Parts: sequence; C-alpha cells; structure tokens
Amino acid sequence: MSVRSAHLDASIADLATRLAGGEVTARQLAEESLARIDARDKPLGAFLRTTPEQALAAADAADAAIKAGIAGPLAGIPMAVKDVLVTEGVETTAGSKILAGFRPPYTATTVRRALGAGALPMGKTNCDEFAMGSSTENSAYGPVHNPWDLGRVPGGSSGGSAVAVAAGETTFALGSDTGGSIRQPAALTGCVGLKPTYGRTSRYGLIAFASSLDHVGTFTRTVADAATVLAAIAGHDAMDSTSAERPVEGMAAGLAEGIRGLRLGVPKEYFVEGMEPGVEAAVKTALDQLEKEGAELIDISLPHTDYGVATYYIIAPAEASSNLARMDGVRFGHSAPDARTVTEQYARARAEGFGAEVKRRIMIGTYALSSGYYDAYYVKAQKVRTLIKQDFDAAFEKVDAIVSATSPTVAFPLGAKTQDPLAMYLNDVLTIPADLAGVPGISVPCGFSEDLPVGLQVIGPSWREDIVFRVAAAYESLNDWGSRVPTALAGAV
Amino acid sequence: MAVDVATEIEAVIGLEVHAQLLTKSKMFCRCSADYLKGGPNTHTCPVCLGLPGALPVINRRAVELTIRTALALNSEIPEFSKFDRKNYFYPDLPKGYQISQYDLPLSRNGHLQVETGSGGLRVGITRVHLEEDTGKLTHTGAIHTSEASLVDLNRAGVPLMEIVSEPDMRSADEAREYMQRLRQVLVWIGVSDGNMEEGSLRCDANVSVRMAGSAELGVKVEVKNMNSFRAVHAALEYEIERQQAALAAGEEIVQETRGWIEDKSLTVSQRSKEYAHDYRYFPEPDLPPLNISREEVERIRASLPELPAERAARFREDLGLSAYDAEQVTAGIELADYFEAVVNGLGNDHAKEAVNWVIGEVNRVLKQRNIGPDALRLRPDGLVALIQQKLNGTISNNQAKELFGQLTLGGELEVQNISSNAGHGADAVASLIKQSGVRQVSDAGELEAWVDAAITAQPQAAEDVRAGNERAIGRLVGEVMKLSGGKASGPAVNAMIQEKLRT
Amino acid sequence: MPFLVHGLNYNPHPMKLTIDEVRHVANLARLGLSDDELEAMASQLSTILEYIDKLEEIDTAAIPPTAQVGELADVMQEDEVGPSLPQEAALANAPAREDGYFRVAAIQE
Ligand SMILES: [Mg+2]
Ligand SMILES: [Zn+2]
Repeated sequence: MSVRSAHLDASIADLATRLAGGEVTARQLAEESLARIDARDKPLGAFLRTTPEQALAAADAADAAIKAGIAGPLAGIPMAVKDVLVTEGVETTAGSKILAGFRPPYTATTVRRALGAGALPMGKTNCDEFAMGSSTENSAYGPVHNPWDLGRVPGGSSGGSAVAVAAGETTFALGSDTGGSIRQPAALTGCVGLKPTYGRTSRYGLIAFASSLDHVGTFTRTVADAATVLAAIAGHDAMDSTSAERPVEGMAAGLAEGIRGLRLGVPKEYFVEGMEPGVEAAVKTALDQLEKEGAELIDISLPHTDYGVATYYIIAPAEASSNLARMDGVRFGHSAPDARTVTEQYARARAEGFGAEVKRRIMIGTYALSSGYYDAYYVKAQKVRTLIKQDFDAAFEKVDAIVSATSPTVAFPLGAKTQDPLAMYLNDVLTIPADLAGVPGISVPCGFSEDLPVGLQVIGPSWREDIVFRVAAAYESLNDWGSRVPTALAGAV
Repeated sequence: MAVDVATEIEAVIGLEVHAQLLTKSKMFCRCSADYLKGGPNTHTCPVCLGLPGALPVINRRAVELTIRTALALNSEIPEFSKFDRKNYFYPDLPKGYQISQYDLPLSRNGHLQVETGSGGLRVGITRVHLEEDTGKLTHTGAIHTSEASLVDLNRAGVPLMEIVSEPDMRSADEAREYMQRLRQVLVWIGVSDGNMEEGSLRCDANVSVRMAGSAELGVKVEVKNMNSFRAVHAALEYEIERQQAALAAGEEIVQETRGWIEDKSLTVSQRSKEYAHDYRYFPEPDLPPLNISREEVERIRASLPELPAERAARFREDLGLSAYDAEQVTAGIELADYFEAVVNGLGNDHAKEAVNWVIGEVNRVLKQRNIGPDALRLRPDGLVALIQQKLNGTISNNQAKELFGQLTLGGELEVQNISSNAGHGADAVASLIKQSGVRQVSDAGELEAWVDAAITAQPQAAEDVRAGNERAIGRLVGEVMKLSGGKASGPAVNAMIQEKLRT
Repeated sequence: MPFLVHGLNYNPHPMKLTIDEVRHVANLARLGLSDDELEAMASQLSTILEYIDKLEEIDTAAIPPTAQVGELADVMQEDEVGPSLPQEAALANAPAREDGYFRVAAIQE
C-alpha cells in the first residue's frame, strides 16, 4: 500500500467531502494514517503509542455511519491525542515515568466527544512531562523532533500533537495549553493551534498541571478545521465545575467574512527584546497584509506583559504542586514497594518517578504556598494576574482582537535551553498572558524565518472564538504557507 | 512553688467536631455515601479515587445541610464562601489534599446553649464548614510495628461537616455536656446520625491549662481519638490532670497532638512539634465560589423544626413538666413528636401520664428493639386509646402495660388481624381489648368472692384495717390482685374493702 | 524586557534559599532528593525566585487577587447516587493490593 497520501495532507473539510462522496473510506484513512506513522514517526517521536485496533474499529463504524447518512462532523478523520488526556483502557502517562503502565478506567470528555463525532483515535502523543515545558524535551520517553529540522525542538509541551499534524500523520490532534503549550508548538512546527476561552472545553480527564490555567485545544491544518473540531469537543460538561454553559454554535460563522473594519490591536510590549529579526519581519509583513485587507491596526499597550512569566511561574507551580500530590504510588503509578515506611515510600516513588523539571516546579510551588511565603508569592501573583486580566479587558474596549507573534523565536536546537530553565520559561512570554486571562488565542502559520515556521497569534475577548477564527482565517487566505512540506519530510514516503 | 492544683489552675477546652452528613451521595462525586455497605473499595470512582484528570462537583444537599446546621447553631451565613485545598500526604487521602474551607467558611459566629450543673453555659461556635472525609486504614498489626497498611476508599469523599467551638469550656463535664447537646441538635435537625462508635460523629479537643483568672491561653494540646461521650469525658479529665500536674511541677507543656488510648485510659503523644504540618491552603481552582443568597438562607431557616431546647421550654411552660421530664421527652425529635401527639390526644391534664408512658414503656421498647419512635408499631393515637382505657378503669395499669407490650412487640397475639401496615391506632387497641377479653373486673358480684377470700387469707391485715390502719389495706388489695390474676379493678377493690371492714 | 537572561548556573549573589530550606520544602513535597540534587535545586530555585521578585516592582495593595478567571459561581449537583467502579477496576492500577484493599508500607509518624 502506498503511503503517499494526498488525503493525509488534506483538511478535515476536504476529507469530509471526499468521504461523503465515496472517494475515500474512513478505513483507508485509518490505514494511511497508520502507515504514515509507521514510515515517518521514528525520527520524529511524536507518538508514544498507536491504537490501531481502536482506530480501525472506529473507522468501520464511521464508514457505516457515513453510508447511513448519520455521520458526525469528525467521522473518519484521523486524530492524535496528547498523552495528558486520559483514555479508557489505553495507557496514559502524561510523558512521565511515574504513570508508566497506567490504564485509566475512563476517558476525558473532550476525547469522548471527538470519538462521538466519529474521529479515529490513532494514538497518544508525546509531551513534556505533565505538560511542563516548552520544547517537549522533558518527556520521560525521549524528545520529539521538529519535522522542519530534526535537530530542533517542536516547541512544547504538546510537541507530539503538533508534529503529528505538521508531519501529516493525522489530520488533527488534541492538546493542552497552560502557558502556551498549544500555540507555541503550532507556531514552531507550522500548523494551526487553538487555545479556546477558559471554560469552553471540559478539563475532565485532562491530567491537571495548573487547574486555573489548563485549557484543552486543537491542532489542525486550517483555521476552519480548528472551528470544526472545537465545535465538536466544546460545551458544558457537568463533570467539570469550571466548564461554562455557553452556546458553541456560530463560532465558525465569520470565517469567510473577511476583516474589513475590524480593529486589530498591536501591543507594543509583544515586540520583546530578544525577538528574532526574522520573526519580527514575518509578523510585520502579516500586519501589513491585514491592514491592506481593510483591518484597522491600532497600537495598544498591555502594560503588565513583562510580569506575565513571573506571575505564571508562581501560580502554575503552586497549583501543580498540589495537583501532582496524588502521584503517590498507592492507587496507580510508580511505587517503591520495598520501602519500610509510607513516608519513605512516597519520597522514593516521587523522586524516582518525576523528572527534573517537574521536581523543580513542585519545589517552587510548594515553597510559594508554604507558611510565611504565601502572601509574598502566591497572593502577590494572584493580584498581578488581576492586572494582566485588566490589561486585556481595557484593550478589548478599543479593539476587536489582538495580533502578535506567537513565539519570539523559531524552533531552537535540541538541548539549547535545557540547562537554563529560566530561559526556557521566557520562551512563553507571548503566550502566557492569554492563559492567565483565560482569553482565546490561536496561532496560524506566518511564513518562515531561516526556513523555519513562524506563527502569528490572534487573541480575542473571552467567548469570542468567532472573532479569533475570522481574523486568523482572513490571514490564512492571503497566503499559502500550509502547502509547504516540512524539510525533513521532503522525499519521505 | 506550691500550687493548689484544684483551685488555682483552670482548664480551657475547645472542641472540633466532625459530623458526616446524611446525604445519599458523596461530597464531590455521585458514589454512594453509604460506605459501610459492600466490600472495600466498592464505592469509588475516578473522582474519589483521586485518579489523574478527575474533577470535583459540589453536592448541593451537603451545602444545604451545613447551612441548616449553622442556622440551628445561631450562626451567621456569609454571602460569599469558597472551598480550599488542605495539602498533606497520607494514604487515606487519595488526592494528597483534602478539599475543605479555610478563610471563607459557610458560617461563622454561632453559639450553643448548654445546661451544666452550675447553670447555663453559652458555648461560642467559631465556624461550621464543609469538607470531605478520608478513606479508612487498616494496619496489619499494631500501628507502630505493622509491616503494612491496607487502604479502603469507600469513605473517601463522604461529606464531612466541621464544627469548631470557641475555647469556652472549663471542665470535662462541660465538654461532655456540650458534645451531648451538639449531638442532640445534629440528630434532631436530621443532618447526622450521631453515631460516635461508628465514627460518623467524631470529636477532637484542644486543651490547655492556665492560672485561674489569667487572660492568656496556655500551650494548646490537641486530643484525638475519643469515640464516645464517656471517652470524651475520661480523656479530658486525664489530660487536664496531666497538664495541671506538669504546670504545678513547673514543667513545660509541649504543643502536640495526643491520642486517647481507650483500654489504657491515658493520652499518648502522636506527633511532636517538629513534624508540625504546613497545610499550604490555597483556593480550590476546580470549584467556582458559592454565593449564598439571603432567600436561600431564609428558605432553609424556615424549614428548621423547633429546636430541642425551645421545645423542652415549651413543654415546661405549657404542660407543667419538670425540667427532668421535659429533657427526657425531648431526647430526640421523633420521641418529642410522639409524646406531643399523645398529650394532644389525652389532654394537657394528663401530661404527666403521657410522660410516664413515654419515658417508661415507650423508651424501654425502643431500646430493646433498637428502633426509633417512627418504627414503633403502636401509633400515638393507639397509645392514647390504651391510656384512656386505663384511665376510665376498663383495664388495669398492668393490663395496659401488657397490652402495650403486645401492641409493640407483636407476635404472640395475631396482631396482623387487628393492625394495618401503618401501625396500630385506636381501632386496633379497641379490637385487641375486645378480642383478647382483657378487661378489668369491677363487677361487685365477682369482686366480692375475691375480697372475702382475701380477708380470710389475711386475718391480721383485716384486723389492722378495722383498727384504723389505712396502710394495711394495701396488703388486702394485693391479695385480691393475686387471686384475680390482676383483673380486679384496684379502686373498686379498695372501695369494697373499706366498705366491708370500716362500717 | 525579560527575554535575555543569564543561565541559572551563573549566580554571583548569595542564594535566596538555603540548603536547609530546600530540604524542608522537599520534605513537605515528599520528594526524596539527594544532597547533590538539593544543592542544585537551591541554586536553581534561588535564581528563579530572584526573577520572580520583579513582581515587587508593582504596587498591588489595592488590587484584589484572581484565583479563577471563569465567571461561574454556585456550580452544584443534586444529591443522587450514580454508578461506582467495580472493585476490580478501582484496584486494577494498584502497585500493591491485598484482599480488595490498596496496600502501602507501614505508617510511622
Ligand atoms: Mg477538618
Ligand atoms: Zn466517587
């Protein structure tokens, strides 16, 4: 069977047409996706494990549904799932050794909804351990490589999901974004990454990193596909008390409307010191294009941007230190069975099971919450979070959406920042504020710098994914960045 | 320095009471809260197992029951409340944190009036808050020597209410009295089953001692593991004496947690200060806050029954009951309802009669059968009918008691024939009396034979009566009762004896 | 602008966290760290906390804290019993089990 597959490089929208017209079957798509993963994934490392049986069974069900005219919006579409989303009976590790062998007895709501819409579960993707990282080098199961340059990182923490889509192994993928973990790897690998509004997608079954910052979102080839997948997985979930009862209809309504008359804010603070010239140039070109299309560019200020990283690196580790306390080797996960006391058992299970970055964050978070430091660190960070949120509130009084680079740099070489955690943290300077404020953001391919993808970030007000999609789709339609094949795949099957 | 321990050193006691709430499902998941049923780990789900990715959802009923309690304890209900995480590691705590409430509990500033030997004591209630219970550990051997512990998470996540008192108690007696009062209220308003032995109601105490009259508090010792009122009393007496002795001897009292060892009757240090926990409380990010509307508070307040203290006061004032009697018939709300229905049937003039039946016969049967008044076969209207038959002389007191036994225990007589499923009412009592032929004999002809026989059998007593000794009549009446098998009407027998011997 | 910073291993200042403090925090977090790890952690955490100290530049005296960005409140469920997991499913991932229980090492305070 040939693995040259126009199908696997197509969008959900195109595949839906082809499936409906009988041009291709869901089973063929599942087989082509498995073949591609087989042929391409070894040097990339996007997948921790594939689930061919489930994928093929779902494909047969999708084919039957298509035939019967009752197909869901994702029927027959190959999907990859970041390994922080639990899947019943399928090992789920969050990229950590401490969860090796863990087979959850339930499935995350977003995954369940995607499956209910007919998606084909191809497998679980690699990520930074417990989603803590910006390069996917913190996985206990080895790094993920960028298809545009195998010597470079794909970004993180959802590096595996980004690469699965960027390398054409699946048509879309689910990921999670706590400080930029969807948008930044989407930018660095050249695909579309969406982080919806906080509360838009259920967190039930998302292995928690930082509960007040965690968002489930999507990787797709096009903006329209992002809207399609979001509509399928979003909406109120009684199992997640922070999930909103907001209608999900109409989010794709403005996709073809263009941006004439829209006011786009350009925050001066987002052209940070250290931004690579190639990135800055690509973003400025994009801004020119948007203006020519009729958008009004407005210089704005988000004055507390500079404090986002510091705020984030108190709140996220504080919540994480508590969320990861359940990893104690009693009910599941790595344990130290020969320990003499339970205290020793905990200390050893966790020391052996967690990687360096996770330990570092547990330590920061524990310290920030501990007696005598709570006000100075945790409460202080919560207050600055208020200011950052107010920055967005004020900005959206004047503009309809905010446009910036997603990441100040293109993909960096593997190992470049692993010895310097703070430098790694600062890579998320442009994505963290939207997580702190809970507002939706998307990254769309925005050209190349030194032959590596650049991402354009569009941020909208809470619950206005429709505007985010509209701006992103308008920009997308002006270029054809998505058609370029990743360098490392050139000539690959 | 010699110190008169008994008079110069006073104890200061505050209690932290945990009560499992009577909900059907757990606090943050919909597993059954009936954790004693079924084998270990059969009432769990991803949420209460603390599996990765699982999230809590608040049980509305648990919030209502907590507010209900707080209102019964005269507390303030703030408009804004939230949950927090209390972080610590223990194998019975699946998530590594307990969802609890820290700085914004569901209620504050309440009080409970307690009667003590030396009069009334108003114990302040600092706060009532809501949290989740832990699982249960079984040690394979003694705790300090065991090789392993076994974890059952059926109880993990059961709604747990914490009631914290002010340090307003000064003796073990007062603490026990407070605990009993509190339990009475919790059971009365239907939020807790009050079972201390099974651990659905638990009590920890903070105890310190100081020179009497001092305004400062001494070093606080936390006493745990008291599983009955008796244990609360004994443990506090022990602990107070221990601290008094230490203070008198000039020794330093260490801030620590001590466990009450029931079979040795002493408290033992559990954790010393250097292991003091740092719980790292912070707002639970998985749960949005609560806005408690005033309408909701008033709705819950309106649903509260008359509380036991108010009810006992009303019984004293309206029915002329003694403090002791009023206390007895308001031990529980079902009993008080039962009593009140009986009084209403008999009329207030017969309140004492109703008291005697309720604290005598009724309580005896309830205790014997380990049931509540609502499960008693004899309904209040049935008891009213029975008592009326006795009061009008149709049956004797003994017969009434015997019939009461039959009507409540069932079995020997064909009770089914004369009962409905709802229990025995007045009709059933009437038919039972008719069917069994039990009645009191007051017919002069029948009585005369027994009276004559009694006078013959007890000539000395008869002589004494003739000589004017009133008390001797009792011996003759007793003889008649023996001869008649208890059927003779006491007053009628009495009258006939008087007539025969004194005229 | 924060983007260019020195590496964590370069730290000329006295550390914000002592080894003993780090050991205490590791104990609270039940992380068994070796002496080498404690030392490295003290240095790295100190550098990160120094960076975080930039928050002190902002006067937040009048600013309320944000714990959640959602707009929700009073999210509750009715008290109705739903299904639980079978015992076998609850215990399936346990590293050690015995007679239907999870098994852990002895508890010694
Ligand atoms: Mg408590
Ligand atoms: Zn449960």
